[in-house]
Amino acid sequence: MSSKTLPLLFINLGGEMLYILDQRLRAQNIPCDKAKKVMNDIITTMFNKKFLDELFKPQELYSKKALRTVFDRLAHASIMRLNQASMDKLYDLMTMAFKYQVLLCPRPKDILLVSFNHMDAIRDFVRDTPSILSQVDETYRQLIEMYTPLSGGEFQLIRQTLLIFFQDMHIRVSIFLKDKVQNSNGRFVLPTSGPVPFGTQIPGLIRMFSCSGDEVKRVQFRSAGNYSSALREGSFEMYGERVIKLGTNMYSVSRPVETHMSGASKNSAQHTKVSTAPNPLAKEELNLLARLMGGLEVRKPANPDSRFRVNLFATDEEEEEALISRPDELSYEVINIQATKQCRVSALLKATTTGGEFRPVTYGYKGPAGQRRASSDHG
Amino acid sequence: MNGEKSIQIKSSASALYNNLSVLRIAPRCLTYFTVVHANVVNMVSASWDGLNFSHRQLQSKEGNIAASSSLIMQASWCVLPSRELLVLTSQKGIQMYESDGSIMVYWHALDNPETPTVTLPKTQTFIERISSGSVLVFDIPSKGSNVMLSEVLEEHRDAVTDMASECSGSLEYMADLVTADDSGLLCVWKSGEDFQLLHKIPGFDVSCSSVKLWKGTVAAGYGTGQIRIYEAVTGIVHAEVNAHARWIYSLDIAPFSGLLLSGAEDSLVRVWHLTMNPDANSVEVEHLYSECITDTQICGAKFCDGDGYAFAVTGYDLSEIIRYTQA
Repeated sequence: MSSKTLPLLFINLGGEMLYILDQRLRAQNIPCDKAKKVMNDIITTMFNKKFLDELFKPQELYSKKALRTVFDRLAHASIMRLNQASMDKLYDLMTMAFKYQVLLCPRPKDILLVSFNHMDAIRDFVRDTPSILSQVDETYRQLIEMYTPLSGGEFQLIRQTLLIFFQDMHIRVSIFLKDKVQNSNGRFVLPTSGPVPFGTQIPGLIRMFSCSGDEVKRVQFRSAGNYSSALREGSFEMYGERVIKLGTNMYSVSRPVETHMSGASKNSAQHTKVSTAPNPLAKEELNLLARLMGGLEVRKPANPDSRFRVNLFATDEEEEEALISRPDELSYEVINIQATKQCRVSALLKATTTGGEFRPVTYGYKGPAGQRRASSDHG
Repeated sequence: MNGEKSIQIKSSASALYNNLSVLRIAPRCLTYFTVVHANVVNMVSASWDGLNFSHRQLQSKEGNIAASSSLIMQASWCVLPSRELLVLTSQKGIQMYESDGSIMVYWHALDNPETPTVTLPKTQTFIERISSGSVLVFDIPSKGSNVMLSEVLEEHRDAVTDMASECSGSLEYMADLVTADDSGLLCVWKSGEDFQLLHKIPGFDVSCSSVKLWKGTVAAGYGTGQIRIYEAVTGIVHAEVNAHARWIYSLDIAPFSGLLLSGAEDSLVRVWHLTMNPDANSVEVEHLYSECITDTQICGAKFCDGDGYAFAVTGYDLSEIIRYTQA
């Protein structure tokens, strides 16, 4: 799969996180100066040069657990505090939003336009702070340099890699349910109407040619869909109209951000991640994670009293209830890492291998009579 | 087509090209299906009377033994004259199993971790393609595990996405194999002691994700949703179909009837009919049927038999194989 996926995953998830936090800070009437400080602190941490240099190196995607740990740290890069339930909910919203955007992208290459929509909004958040603005601009340049030369096929591979990361996630999000872009079973609505992607023709036409290349016959077939011509292509430059709306802030009309814990639905076959032994890849991942976290410079707040808590739920009681009632299979099992620059890899290793993320698979083969024969471990 | 009869699978399908493989075992009145989920292959065997289903899961491996989390790109059956093999290709290497997945016959490591691979049956050999653009040809013995790499074909510069061998069963056609890549380039080959490149059909900078070869005719599905029909040896375009509104993920041909099946990200599966006019050296394409799998991006679509009487479909995040039979 693609080794260029992580920067896009991180930036888009980070962008969604900022939209949600911005909305919650307003909803909770946090004073303007504090709210701005939180946003600035998170953005400057997100776009820290050392951190991004690590991120942009060709590498495999992190596990959900590892990525969640990075975002935990990022969300706490300032004077804002989130309880576990709120952090869980924040992460659910971020991931489902980006999953939606990836699925609905007309062309795989449009994932880059979605990323630019997030970047444009982030640039707007820090437009008054030149030092952070220059960090953001530098990131645009890195994105343009790495991704604009890629072909459609390479973007499709990135998209497929992202879709494996999001596989089997069907958490229901209130705002999606209300807008009817998500069904009550947690699956997204895929429209069969609207403009076709840039470069695609509206389905319906069959053209047949003679061996000398002349068109000899033309037939229309009923295409079972209601498509219109493609819109113009969005801009892949630092500034420009992106055309695609995916990745823009859907919370700007102040709507509450609730999620329903969808839990185990009847049809979902989930968690078939299989590993019967400590995974050698996990160690590599943790080494990377440690380097990445080391690059995430978290500034201690000058005045501890300036810290405040943000709640992703309407009330404290709701938040507590959410923590208790969260289904086991949706637990993120965050790695608890001390905020020191030297993370001990062995400690991190220990933390993950005792976790319950992997379950062994049993091979069974039922004969025609429906009896289970003895299973063998390896094929 | 009607009669949806779904088969549940143990885990959902990943978004990979051609993510469904079907093997019909007539002597035992069974059909095997495989669907890839990340680092696991789901195998289901379904009896023809629709009463019995058996499940098995295979995991990608590192070397002969160690279970791996490396992602599987494709699982498909290679039907050779003397045997059938189930071939799994992952980021780390190629694993070949006996057709029911019970015994691993061979393991071949690949150096480049970013290698999507696909396999293809070809008389006594079978072929792998890797993302550097190379195509590996293996000789398979009629029994046992003495598999040998016999040739490497280097014609593609972009990642090879799919390959197809002539499926009509007739020996009268010159082209034996077609390979497709991410730039849309199609290479047409003749097999033999050494493979011979017969023709290169240029792409138009759009990835070709799925390709089929039947009666000397290439059917190719592209990222723009278009299907093109070419004469293999000359590259002459017979037909262009604006078939789908999104990226095509899977094509299949029923060799006895000339039915063509296409599945795409736009949730649609379509059945077409190809009619050869050898006198006029032309091919007619007719649209027969469409089915919308609501809210699903299709990643695999295959006929279950050579006549195209039934076909099966998989979709991203879907934990079932949906089947259709002719009304």
